[in-house]
Parts: sequence; structure tokens; C-alpha cells
Amino acid sequence: MTFLTASKVKHYFGGLCAVSDFNLDLRSGELMGVIGPNGAGKTTIFNLITGVYQASEGSIQFKGTELVGKTPHQITALRVGRTFQNIRLFRDLSVLDNVRIAHYAQADYSPLEALLQIGRYRREEQRIIENSQRLLAIFHLEALAGETAKNLPYGLQRRLEIARALAIGPELLLLDEPAAGMNPNEIDLLMEFILWIRKEFNLTILLIEHQMKLVMGICERIKVLDFGETIADGTPEQIQNHPKVLEAYLGEGPVG
Amino acid sequence: MKSALLESREWLATQRWLLPILILVGFGLAFAIPEYGWFNKYVQLVMMYVGINIILAVSLNLVNGYMGEFSLAHAGFMAVGAYTSALLTMKVLPVLDYPALFPIAILAGGLMAALFGLIVAVPSFKTRGDYLALITLAFLMIVKSLIENIDYIGGPRGIPGIRKLTTLPWVFFWVVVTIWIIRNFVYSKYGRGVLSVREDEIASDLMSVNTRRVKFLAFAVSSFFAGIAGGLFAHLLQFISPRVFDIIKTTDILIMVYLGGIASIGGSILGATVYTVLLELLRPSTVAALLFWLPDVVFEPLNEHFIQHLGVWRMVIMPLALVLVMIFWPRGMMGLREFRWFIPKRDLEAHHPVAEHEGKHDVPHGQ
Repeated sequence: MTFLTASKVKHYFGGLCAVSDFNLDLRSGELMGVIGPNGAGKTTIFNLITGVYQASEGSIQFKGTELVGKTPHQITALRVGRTFQNIRLFRDLSVLDNVRIAHYAQADYSPLEALLQIGRYRREEQRIIENSQRLLAIFHLEALAGETAKNLPYGLQRRLEIARALAIGPELLLLDEPAAGMNPNEIDLLMEFILWIRKEFNLTILLIEHQMKLVMGICERIKVLDFGETIADGTPEQIQNHPKVLEAYLGEGPVG
Repeated sequence: MKSALLESREWLATQRWLLPILILVGFGLAFAIPEYGWFNKYVQLVMMYVGINIILAVSLNLVNGYMGEFSLAHAGFMAVGAYTSALLTMKVLPVLDYPALFPIAILAGGLMAALFGLIVAVPSFKTRGDYLALITLAFLMIVKSLIENIDYIGGPRGIPGIRKLTTLPWVFFWVVVTIWIIRNFVYSKYGRGVLSVREDEIASDLMSVNTRRVKFLAFAVSSFFAGIAGGLFAHLLQFISPRVFDIIKTTDILIMVYLGGIASIGGSILGATVYTVLLELLRPSTVAALLFWLPDVVFEPLNEHFIQHLGVWRMVIMPLALVLVMIFWPRGMMGLREFRWFIPKRDLEAHHPVAEHEGKHDVPHGQ
């Protein structure tokens, strides 16, 4: 069965066409990268997949379910997790609560059970805490569970954001510029880390990135966008030598 | 000395078994005080006002503190609860023969207010901040003019002659219920959802939180208890009119919430208590008695122009207090902090995991 498909997706902001005729066929377990200059529509595509924007035209299907028309929390509950280009943690809440909040759809109890502390409430709350602690331990954040998220150093905030995205129990993970603000050393570690979580959590990953080292290093397939249009699609080797890609990144014609 | 104080506070925080005992003692006192006349009627009345204001402040804190919106509608929900329960005890329920029906009237007032709360929640789906504040203000005005124009419920004259059914034990009972239920809400996935909406609504939605649902619930629970407080208020004052539930009433509750501190149940309890007692102290006779030592040259003009008109000056002093608190003391007495007795044990333990998980570092490394 197809995992994530997008066909002929178009999106307009007013008169501006941010994404035109976007097609995608992501296979289960794959790690795909989306690259392109600033303003190419990469983050817009993430926002279309996760329901933040509704596609003007076209269809996006996740495991056979149509995503266009669904709200973000409905799509997330289908186990699509994501991170953000500019970290969007719940800054004033604790590290633990950041991860616990992402268990909302999995916590199986009604408002009445919560208000009166009856039925499944206690058991589910205990389960959420245990699962959150397990995740924090994997990311070596367990000692910081009580810390306010905004007090963490930048690198740990990035890690916490991935832990939070994994807390929704995703099958598909969308990473929006995970290497932003990292030095080459940290990028090496991040590459290993992404490969490790893919294996450990059985993920299919779609990632946006500007760091060519990371994209070329771990992605199995790469899609290149420019001004909302897909200009190339292929393996890292194919992309590196693709004339249109060189043109988009380096400009037209020979220098001089 | 200081460390001894801190230590005893730490010790007290861990003695959670004291809480049910204190509640029982409180109930005992609530029955004993009126029975044996331990305090005069006036002090008893103030105690009941403190209780009603605690219910109002804790419930408003759910929307204004935990959810981070600025609702001005609380007095409107209070009015709905007050009128509903007063009409029930006067015209429908035979409370004279069956006093046990009183809580049912109060409950009905709360439910009716919750229904109105759901109506106000709808615009909150699309609107935030200043605009939502304006909508809640409009709601308050609509409720007031509706009541003024329905002759059956007394119009602008209000309803006199409501039976005095609110007693200290009933107030105490509803205070405990309010705190318990709102505390349960706050420490559930819905409460955390409300917090995440305050922090970042889009991220919250993308972390699977059904933001509309949590907003609905927050408004419903908050207005439900405002309605409960309204019902208790009506059966204490024995007279209600639309003027009782105007913007001044809302301002009073807002000051209690921000004075006590946002997103804190303990803060709202403190804020409501301190503010209610202060307000009582601001009565002309009390202030005059407190300032009698001033020389006559100062006292006489002060008395004539200020102290005797404190009822009016209140309208200046109290909003000014709200402005000053919000500018200079935005966290209030215990903003974003909480009495540890209110926090579920599992939450406390999970937030301080160092002692809990020592020697558990053999977790898989991220590579």
C-alpha cells in the first residue's frame, strides 16, 4: 500500500502560487529530503500535509486516508508527527509536560472521568507519565523533566522537540530543518541520530534541510523545489549533477 | 532561623494526609461557627463572601490564567446562575418543605451558566486576545440588558425576597467541590491542553490536542462554577438585580485572580481571601476607626471628603489596583506556582526524577 502520496497539490496565498502541481510518493520506511532555495514552498508543503493550511487543489493521502479537509489534530492523531523550523516548544511549561501534552489523542478517557478522577483516568495518566519518561530517558533529558522548556540550551530544545514529536507515536515524521543552527560536528551526530530514531521507532521520514552535507549524507531520495515547482527528484547522486538544480542554486549561465 | 522556616515548609508540603483532615475540620467549623455563635453575624457574612469569591476567582483563573485569555464575562455567568437558582427556589421548587432541594437549585444555576459558557466559547475558536475580551464584554452587557428587559424576572428592579438558604456549611461544601474539580481538570490531558493553547495554539493542534474541545471544556467548567457562585450569592444577599452583576463585579474577580497570581489555584484562594477582607476594611466606619489618631485638622477634611465617600472612591481605587498589580506585579502572590498539596503525587514525582531514577542510566544511547 502507498504510504504518503500527494497528487497535483496546489496552494495559493492570495494571488501568489506557493506550491504548484506538487506530487509525492513516499514509501514506507523511506527517508526523503526536500531541498530548495528560501521561499521555494518547502515548509508550506509540511503545513499542507499536517493540515495547518488547506490545499487549494489536489489530494494528499496518508495510508489511504485523505488528509485535505482534516484539522491538524485529526491528522496528528493518524500518527503524523512534526517539528518546526523555528522551535515551537511550549516554552513556559516543563520538559515533561511538553512531552505529556503530545499524548492527548492517545490518552483514552472522557472529560467526566477526568473531572471526577474515576474510570480510566488514573491508569491512563500513569501510562502517559511512564511513556514520557521513557522518551525523555532515550533523549537523555530525564534529569531535566521538571525544568522549564525555555531554560534549556538550544541544542536540548531541538532534542526535546523531536522527543515531543515522537510522543504522538508517529509512523511518519516530518522534520523541518533539524540542523538549523548546528555546527558541522553537531550535524554529524544529528545524522547518526536521525538514522537511529528511524530504526528504533520504525519511522518514515520526510525532512527539509539546507545543510547539503546532511541531505546528501542520509536521504535516500531528494526532491528539489523552486518557486513552488518540483524541478528535480532522484537519488543524491542524480540531484548533485542535475542541471536545473545547479541553475536554481548557482544561477543561470556561465560566470563571466 | 530562615532555613528552619524553609525546612518546616518543606516538611509541611510532604504531609499530604493533612489536607483531608483540614477539610474535615473546616466542615466542623462551618457547622459550629453559626451554631455556637463563635463570631458575630457580620464576620460570618464576610466568611461566606470569602468562600463565594474563592469559587469565582478559581473558576475565572481557568480561562484567564490557565488558558491565557482575558474574559470579562464572569459576572454575566454569575448572573445567569443567580437568576436561574433564585427563580427555581421562589417559583418552582418547594424548598420551604424540602431544604434538601437547595443544592439542586444551585446545580441548575451552574448548568445554565455552563450552557451560556459554551456560547461564549464558540467565538474563541477563531478569535483571541483583545478581540475575544471585547466579545466577552459584549456578552456581559447582553446578559445585563436581557435581564433588564424581561419583566417576568423583575426587569431593572431585580428580584427581592429571595430566601436566605446559603449557609456557611453550604459555601464551604461548594468551595471544596470547586477546588477539587478544577484541580482535577487542570492536571488532566484537558488541562494540559488548555495550557498548551495558551503557549502556542498551532503547535498544540499539531501535537494532537483538540483545541476546540479543550476551549469548550474550559469555558464550560469556568462558567459552571461562576453560576454556582451566583446562586450562593443570590441566596445570601436575598436580593438580586442586573446592577449587581455589572462590569464592576467582573473587575473585582479579575483583581482577585491577578492579585493571587495566574494559573494557580492556591493563588486564587489567597487573592480572593485577601481582597475580600481588604474590601471590608475599606468601609467608612472601619477606616475612620483606623485613622482616628490623626490630628483633627487632617482627619476632619479627610473624613468629610474621602472616608465618607469610600463607596464611590472604591470605583477608583479598585480598578487602579488592578492596573497597578498587572503592571508591577504580573505574577501576583503565587503566579504559575501552586500549593504542593494540590498537585497530584504522580506529577510531583515525575517532575523531580533524579532521586526516583538514580542508577537507571543504562538506557540506550541515541546512536
